[in-house]
Amino acid sequence: MKRYERAIVVGASSGLGRAIALHLAQAGSTVVAVARRGDRLRELADSSPGRILPLVHDVTRTEEAARAFADACRMAGGLDLIVYSAGFMPTVGATEFNTEKDLRIFAVNVLGAIAWLNQAAERFQQAGHGAIVGIGSVAGDRGRRGQPAYNASKAALHAYLEALRNRLYARGVSVATFKPGPMRTEMTAHLSLRNAMDPEVAAAKILAKAHVSGEHYLSLSHRFVFAVLRNLPSSVFRRLPV
Amino acid sequence: MKLEGRLARLCGYGMTAAADGYLFQPTCEDDFRALLRLARLTGRKVVLRGAGRSYGDAAILPEAIAVGLERLNRVLSWDPTTGLLVAEAGVTIGDLWRYTLQDGWWPPVVSGTMFPTLGGAIAMNIHGKNAFRAGTIGEHLEWLDVMDSSGTVHRLTPDSAAFRAVVGGAGLTGIIVRAALRMKRVPSGDLRVYAQAVDSWDQQFEVFERFAGDADYLVSWVDCFARGKSAGRGLIHAAWYAEGSPATLRAEHQDLPDTILGLVPKSVVWRVLKLLNRRAAMRLLNAAKYRLGTVIGNGKTEHQSLVAFSFLLDYVPNWRWAYLPGGFIQYQSFVPKETARWVFENQIALQQERRLESFLGVLKRHRPDPFLISHGVDGFSLALDFKVTPSNRERLWELAHEMNELVLEAGGRFYLAKDSTLRPEDLRRWLGPNLEEWRGWRRRFDPDGLLVSSLGLRTGLIEP
Repeated sequence: MKRYERAIVVGASSGLGRAIALHLAQAGSTVVAVARRGDRLRELADSSPGRILPLVHDVTRTEEAARAFADACRMAGGLDLIVYSAGFMPTVGATEFNTEKDLRIFAVNVLGAIAWLNQAAERFQQAGHGAIVGIGSVAGDRGRRGQPAYNASKAALHAYLEALRNRLYARGVSVATFKPGPMRTEMTAHLSLRNAMDPEVAAAKILAKAHVSGEHYLSLSHRFVFAVLRNLPSSVFRRLPV
Repeated sequence: MKLEGRLARLCGYGMTAAADGYLFQPTCEDDFRALLRLARLTGRKVVLRGAGRSYGDAAILPEAIAVGLERLNRVLSWDPTTGLLVAEAGVTIGDLWRYTLQDGWWPPVVSGTMFPTLGGAIAMNIHGKNAFRAGTIGEHLEWLDVMDSSGTVHRLTPDSAAFRAVVGGAGLTGIIVRAALRMKRVPSGDLRVYAQAVDSWDQQFEVFERFAGDADYLVSWVDCFARGKSAGRGLIHAAWYAEGSPATLRAEHQDLPDTILGLVPKSVVWRVLKLLNRRAAMRLLNAAKYRLGTVIGNGKTEHQSLVAFSFLLDYVPNWRWAYLPGGFIQYQSFVPKETARWVFENQIALQQERRLESFLGVLKRHRPDPFLISHGVDGFSLALDFKVTPSNRERLWELAHEMNELVLEAGGRFYLAKDSTLRPEDLRRWLGPNLEEWRGWRRRFDPDGLLVSSLGLRTGLIEP
């Protein structure tokens, strides 16, 4: 794993974000852990005193992101890596169309990401240095019947990160999109997932490649399966039980 | 002045320490005052950077306002009859010789590269290959002007106690804004350079002592891979100011060639070096350099321009990139002559034991200097270049700490311009009571503690 002295992890109070923050702290990084739930953050910070610094912030309050980002950089003493891991995937019924729920998915998964990563991109562009990591999902590869807004939000995040990558590559800034598959987290606790990955395992895989620009799956089988799924015609895809 | 658009990734010259900072390059005294105000307004610290040529973390500080000196670069007065030059702090060593050599004057002390600024050179109190004869640059100043953190400028002369704190104060005891330097009269732009291969530590020290009496410059390369009876082998160069025609004083006589051996463009040399920059290849290269030195030019004298002899590091532009991606640290320790051999022999034996040999070793002779943060000793220094990789980083720092122990045990000293590894306990043992006296001066010049560097925090120069 490349050494990152100073990092920000947005969405660090649970699941993958928490595992990434802990992994970075164990490797010697100073990590500003950003999340909405202060009690969870404090508990996380207590587990790595001095290494993990809590910053309470709700990513849906995008108007506060610039200030929070500046505070986080001051707290960390600079910035080498930012990981946007905040995500929202509510239970959606098979016949449900709930606009409020869907907008919140976009607010957390896309608008929050843009608000934070734009700040990081501008800073890294100036400094000519830095790594941006966005946690996408295999769910963003196709529009599935189960989670229309969640699929769309991850697809939007993938496209946004690809655009950042293309903007920043000449400035020496890496932008990596990770597309984990099913994972055992609070967000997915309501789903009965088979072959789900542990967040700790995923965090190690993500940080090992965080400096490599591009889109990354976390397993070879996902890479293969989703290469096939991405290229299936809609007329075939809609008949699949996914 | 605003912070927007000023963010830059700043690193030490060795590329092992880096931090983001807001880089400004003032052009006048008032700019410094504005930056001090900006620092107070934004709650940030100020790190003084000169030209950013210190090897370690002396010129960086995360999230601070970084002050480069390169645009404060006017020569304010020059008297070719007395050799007194008054210049702003951003004038480089290269600017100095270009300005004065045609009148028959040369900077009294120069580093191995001509790119450091005068302000940086004074703040680090640099030495050169004539350290045993001329001491450090601070000993050649008529006066210096330093701005305290309130914006007031003080003129300090060598008879003042504050002068002894600011020279060598690593940019933590005020902002040096200008200085008056006594240049050295030279008979021509050339040196007579004598080369001698030496086959052991015994010979190194014996030949050094032989030439230290009358040479103007003295330096030796040491093969850090050589063991047993060959340990300490190397190549000594002694040089004397030479008589010569006035034409040798012209810049065109001094300028370094664009190619190596008339064939290879200098700009590509670092790429070749990068390919070779590994332990096995360096072991062979060091051995080959020694063997060649015993055959070519051994025991012979040749004329060389002052620039060619003095600024060896500038022969290969961007040579440090050969150490990418991890960078390198330079480790230099200064040891009294009575114990120097014991320390250097053991330092190199330790490196060999750990398979972390320095790819380049340079031995120099020194004399004591009068400054509070002083590296000068009546003895020798050995400078060592170590390649840093993710896998050797931790072991390398451990090795450095063990080498520090040897140096301190022998009453030795260190040099902040090159330091990357000193710990607060090492610094306290090195500086002794001088540390508290120096801190007292720092409190006088910077009561709010606005001037900070990563080196200052790491070594404990700045009180926690």
